Amino acid sequence: MPRSCPALHSRYCAKTWLPLPSAPMKHHLDFEKPIAELQEKLEELKQHPEKHSLGISFEEEVAQIEKKIEETKRQVFMNLSAWDRIKIARHPKRPFALDYLQAAFTDFSELHGDRLYAEDRAVVGGFASLGKQRVMVIGTQKGRDTKENILRNFGSAHPEGYRKALRLMKMAEKFRLPIITLIDTAGAYPGIGAEERHIAEAIAVNLREMMLFETPIIAAVIGEGGSGGALGIGVADRVLILENAYYSVISPEGCAAILWKDRAAAAKAAEALKITAKHLLELGLVDEIIPEPLGGAHTNPELMAQTLQTDLLKHLGEISELSASDRLERRYAKFRAFGQFQEKSPASAAPSGNGAPEAHEPLAPSDNALPADLPADL
Amino acid sequence: MATSSFTKKTLGLETAEPAVTPPPAKGNTTFAKKPMLATAKSRKREIPEGLWTKCPKCSTMVFDKELDENLKVCTHCQHHFPISSRERVQSLIETGTFEETDAEMTSVDALNFTGVASYQSKLRAYQRETGLKDAVLTGSCKIGDHKVCLGVMDFKFLGGSMGSVVGEKLTRLIERATKKALPVIIISTSGGARMYEGMFSLMQMAKTCAALAYHAKARLPYISVLTHPTTAGVMASYASVGDLILAEPGAMIGFAGPRVIKDTTQAELPPGFQTAEFLLDHGLIDAIVTRKEMKPRLIDYLNYLTAGQKTADA
Repeated sequence: MPRSCPALHSRYCAKTWLPLPSAPMKHHLDFEKPIAELQEKLEELKQHPEKHSLGISFEEEVAQIEKKIEETKRQVFMNLSAWDRIKIARHPKRPFALDYLQAAFTDFSELHGDRLYAEDRAVVGGFASLGKQRVMVIGTQKGRDTKENILRNFGSAHPEGYRKALRLMKMAEKFRLPIITLIDTAGAYPGIGAEERHIAEAIAVNLREMMLFETPIIAAVIGEGGSGGALGIGVADRVLILENAYYSVISPEGCAAILWKDRAAAAKAAEALKITAKHLLELGLVDEIIPEPLGGAHTNPELMAQTLQTDLLKHLGEISELSASDRLERRYAKFRAFGQFQEKSPASAAPSGNGAPEAHEPLAPSDNALPADLPADL
Repeated sequence: MATSSFTKKTLGLETAEPAVTPPPAKGNTTFAKKPMLATAKSRKREIPEGLWTKCPKCSTMVFDKELDENLKVCTHCQHHFPISSRERVQSLIETGTFEETDAEMTSVDALNFTGVASYQSKLRAYQRETGLKDAVLTGSCKIGDHKVCLGVMDFKFLGGSMGSVVGEKLTRLIERATKKALPVIIISTSGGARMYEGMFSLMQMAKTCAALAYHAKARLPYISVLTHPTTAGVMASYASVGDLILAEPGAMIGFAGPRVIKDTTQAELPPGFQTAEFLLDHGLIDAIVTRKEMKPRLIDYLNYLTAGQKTADA
């Protein structure tokens, strides 16, 4: 059954937000097929008990199939490819920021507007309580259905979204409230209005300002971590990521279109870009992976919300103990350390004669047209 | 090639219009393409290759030497051609004052990127082709009387894309400036973050902005100069947070690529969309400054930006 969308009918969308029902999976992802088949078999058997196999009792057969389902599930979800995980991160039933605000936080009181131009509903923010701790929460918000997706612009924020986020963060800083950001966006919106009102500048200013807030900041990537649009609310003391979420410099499709000249090569690109939670943790780019229920966050949103709450509280406790100056120093050091490079060039470059840079070069070849291997759609 | 936006003239290709005569320096634009001397035709076979360049904007053939002397700006229509980072440095600083830093820093294939071509081979090819180690040149220098930390990007190296090396060199530059209480000037030209280094590239955005946050906190001036083209990850980080944001005329500047915007919105893009002039009209850019004017204007701005500090110190 399609979920009704209170947000369309009420300005106080967050207050009337319905928690996501933990209904049985209806959207099967391709790799879930063996599980779905077994589940169908089980349903059928339950409905027609007389049909059970010869030789064993009905109960025995049910137990056998259930065991098989568990095994298959474990098998499937232990061996997910990067592309499979992206499918889970984009699952239409995956809990979004407002779902977590409902289930992992209490008393969310939404605040609207950037006080400059508009209210961007692709970004939600406001006061909320995390356990007993009062915090400021900011998240990118996707829509559950077409109507709501139009309202939320599919979770892709305009400059106003980033400026609203900054306004709320500045308030949090002033009143010493910790900031928690929930990231779930395919990327900042590539549109005419967004360019006219300088979306790049809005993101850049957030990057700079978030580095100097004395108040604790935790960022959690709960679904899609789409490039600059994600990073725009992602500078934090701790960066956490859900097990099946991803965080990438460019969408796998965009990368595939540029490097493979074929959007269908997205699965290859997803693998090459190393954007899964596991890869990012190995590379030291995120601080912790928050485990999801077997089958993905959407299979048990309540449990997921609980885990998220526990994890956020743990990290908040740790960084709140630090002095403000320690926190700032560590936040700087954390981002300062990102990057891999070589200080000396490899010896092979030296004898070729082309190694030494020329002081004055002949006319450059034309670069007026953007070359093909340019990540212009970040 | 027909699609190339600026092509070197080769011998015998344009028999109808032998461009032996330099185009008139000023005025007379209507007949600029016509050879002025009848005798020119007879000498066309003697012209060596690559002496002339066709301006993509006004189609005038410009004498290469003149183009070089004019800082790669069309003598006819003021079109700004791409310029290498070294030439740019030379055009801005007091001769002999540039002390390059981190010159030997090179990129590594941190992700072991397995694409159609390996990142390693791509890097080597670009290093060979451009003579550069990576997409940015950093160092300290003097511009007028001002000691400045200067970073200049080079579009020729992998589209000026920002990976760990660009991020690290610029961050070190900014940190050095903060330490020594110096202004920072960064001349940007970039297609954005470098895909081949994945999330390391994205994090350079936060890293450079972090360094600039502390530079700004110390009340030190940062001037960001945007040149053709500056987009995506670079635009969404250090290029956008200057105390002053200047741009060269006609430069393409924006966040998303025009093709992506068109595909996403299915809308016609407004005329002049994402040019320096468009962004000046929409309130992002402080001033559009031509290449020739850039140095005196930078000195002038620095005079203002450092005047208060000097008074405070005195």
